[in-house]
Amino acid sequence: MSIKMPIPDQAILNRRDEIIAALQKIVPGEGVISSEKEMKPYESDGLNAYRQPPMVVVLPETTEQVSQVLRYCHANGIKVVPRGSGTSLSGGALPLADAVLLGLGKFKRIREIDFENRVVVTEPGVTNLAITQAVEHAGFYYAPDPSSQIACSIGGNIAENSGGVHCLKYGMTTNNVLGCEIVLITGEILRIGGKAPEHSGYDLMGIITGSEGLLGVVTEVTVRILQKPETARAVMVGFNDVEAAGECVARIIGAGIIPGGMEMMDKPAIHAAEAFVHAGYPLDVEALLIVELDGPKVEVDELILRVEAIARTCGQATCQISNSEEERLLFWAGRKAAFPAVGRISPDYICMDGTIPRGKLPQALLRIRELSEKYGLGVANVFHAGDGNLHPLILFDANKPGEMERAEAFGADILRTCVELGGVLTGEHGVGVEKRDLMPEMFTDIDLAQQQRLKCAFDTDGLLNPGKVFPTLHRCAELGRVHVHRGQLAFPDIPRF
Amino acid sequence: MMQVRDAADVEQAVRDALAARQSLEIVGHGTKRQVGHAMATNAVLDLSQLNAIVSYEPGELILTAQAGAPLCDVLSLIDSKNQSFAFEPMDTSALLGTPAGQGTIAGMIAAGFAGPRRIKAGAARDHLLGAVAVSGFGDLFKTGGKVVKNVTGYDLCKLLAGSWGTLAVMTEVTLKVLPKPEDEITLALGGLDSEVAGHAMTAALGSPYDVSAAAHVPKSALTGALAEIGHGDSVTLVRLEGIAQSVAHRAGTLETLLAPFGRATRLAADASAAAWVLVRDVIPFAADGPRGDWPVWRIVCPPASGGKLGAALARESGAEVIYDWGGGLIWAALPPALDAAAALRLRAIVSAADGHATLIRGSDALRSAVDVFHPQPEGVAALSRRVKNSFDPQHILNRGRMAREALP
Repeated sequence: MSIKMPIPDQAILNRRDEIIAALQKIVPGEGVISSEKEMKPYESDGLNAYRQPPMVVVLPETTEQVSQVLRYCHANGIKVVPRGSGTSLSGGALPLADAVLLGLGKFKRIREIDFENRVVVTEPGVTNLAITQAVEHAGFYYAPDPSSQIACSIGGNIAENSGGVHCLKYGMTTNNVLGCEIVLITGEILRIGGKAPEHSGYDLMGIITGSEGLLGVVTEVTVRILQKPETARAVMVGFNDVEAAGECVARIIGAGIIPGGMEMMDKPAIHAAEAFVHAGYPLDVEALLIVELDGPKVEVDELILRVEAIARTCGQATCQISNSEEERLLFWAGRKAAFPAVGRISPDYICMDGTIPRGKLPQALLRIRELSEKYGLGVANVFHAGDGNLHPLILFDANKPGEMERAEAFGADILRTCVELGGVLTGEHGVGVEKRDLMPEMFTDIDLAQQQRLKCAFDTDGLLNPGKVFPTLHRCAELGRVHVHRGQLAFPDIPRF
Repeated sequence: MMQVRDAADVEQAVRDALAARQSLEIVGHGTKRQVGHAMATNAVLDLSQLNAIVSYEPGELILTAQAGAPLCDVLSLIDSKNQSFAFEPMDTSALLGTPAGQGTIAGMIAAGFAGPRRIKAGAARDHLLGAVAVSGFGDLFKTGGKVVKNVTGYDLCKLLAGSWGTLAVMTEVTLKVLPKPEDEITLALGGLDSEVAGHAMTAALGSPYDVSAAAHVPKSALTGALAEIGHGDSVTLVRLEGIAQSVAHRAGTLETLLAPFGRATRLAADASAAAWVLVRDVIPFAADGPRGDWPVWRIVCPPASGGKLGAALARESGAEVIYDWGGGLIWAALPPALDAAAALRLRAIVSAADGHATLIRGSDALRSAVDVFHPQPEGVAALSRRVKNSFDPQHILNRGRMAREALP
């Protein structure tokens, strides 16, 4: 592991047996896992370059058990790392050696489907896709669709504010969640929001969403569901240069069209995907744009014509329109399989996740190409073009000494480039441990201090998921009285990881 | 009264206030000063000169403006590129009796009142992408970004929206803009009672026809153009937006779906737009209208129970009500003769329906006698206080506006 985490507390580690016994009392039966072998699957999440066995894993089944576990940990000064399905791509659920790993995998029940209010009330361990499956018989679905939707849990989606291909039109998790039951580190159980479109007072649901497991443990979620669009069709346009593809995206948006999805791939990604799924992608183009229109058939048919006309004005090299559901899914098959496809052409890869202003795409890709040469590592780019969210896949071989470190340095430079171009470090994967130390590229100490003060309002002792998101740990008492001037904290000597 | 011209001025003003233990009332154009409790402040921080539109990039769907930028200027600028704020911000001037055409962009965000399209497009909190603000520590901080998709760090924008200036003084905001719908049609049903209208709206919103607004105005609350639409009887309005072919197609299918509730009349684009402004701005309860001296409450509840809740409020307290958001938003005006006890009864009925009620317009006496913002369960209230203190521990900013407090 090449990332520094908070130093394990030896006093806590010395008490491991006692802690396990106490947790077993709260969660009897098979709810506590403490053997090295059985804890193995919990050592990492979707960012599997980083691994760390937890001190102990606990899998409660009820809110009351979660509350008791947290109350015990709080009273004993024990750190807690919450985990859903463990699909985070930023290391949000990476364990700590001296922390309890709190898994929500047993919270697997959908509690209520309310079609009249168009909401589903569910436990957090239910997968994203299972919510859609539970309501699709009535024509409904849950809109945010991260590509891990078959495995990722809705609780994890709340923690990460997950996006997906369709979030340009339908929003991210935060735009589709109405309420939750949350347990604070003290064990206190709170209900925030509910079935009403907004809740009273400060928008606590809005701050809990995307807080990466640092504020509390969500034990129930209320999400909005939508009626599925009547139909969807896709246009697939090839371009001989990336600039033309970028211009096409701008003109589609400029024409007032917000597609259901708008995805771009560069040449290496096109080739990898085509070799893997044989979607019929053109191989001699530099960029491929997939634009999906959804809605009533008359609307989709008209918008397809408009998008096709716009593509012609942008110097398209190829253009195909899906004429059946099979064809539409085939267009998507390559894009959706882009990550495993790249996995076939390279022993290892890391997937980056920055956002840039759409208009800066050609500049960003040029810079990534230069960095690729500098670091001597290949890169394939897939891109949520509609909302400027870039996913460069950096290719490397972890068995070759130094390559992983080079890939990480390459990735960090890409994210710095995103910030330089007016963008941000992460569009949908979260900060976690992966981008933690890059936070100062985007935020000053003062900006981060304000975020950490908010953390203190939820978790005074900093016991929930420490070492994630923030590059520096501060004690709340200091943050509460710090006088910050000219961008410098009064405690410049505090250790960074 | 302190006028500020840049973010550094704001920072200095808050630091000075901290040093002097002087709380500040944060004001843009002052159009919503009467909302909330009387503030325990005696100094005003005036942001109206911090009023530049910093940048507008239609292709990026992004606008950045200083806090005091006049909302009407911003709206006409983005309208010139056929774009809008999708959440249809409410203009409170008619309801609150303030001059028309006033209001700043940060004031709109601080209040967070979304219009009819909230059911489809969300509220200000869903469209605020980034902000620069001065906390009650006297620190200028930034949150969010200038791109439409971003999960870097806590989303403090969500807290700033709807916080009524009690957490931080926004100095600059970045908002998402979206293309305006090309066309719209509203279907109007006449003569439904509130509960049946609730069922009609629920049916429309549960359909695949992408309804972008659904409202009901009972007969007794009708005014002006709304009265004409209903020919003197109650009106239930359901709006469809998009490209013309699509809107026409969906209007046809939705008429069929709603046939059990009566025969709908169609309002074409101009008439439709005009009707929704009346709903959005709560014109039936306008300050210069027949109910101008009635206290007005804004009630948010699970939408499917709105019809029943509104009917109960009318029955129990003689309230006049109008419904938006398919029943999820109820504007209730109470007869002015009723006292604070009536307000508490209203709140009890709303709480029992899992809703919450905020007093938006009321006399000074009423505002000092009741909680303007809906009281929260103790645990949530305590967390909210800790959140407030994490931004403004000395309660320098809009002291007492949301939760009553005395002068220090």
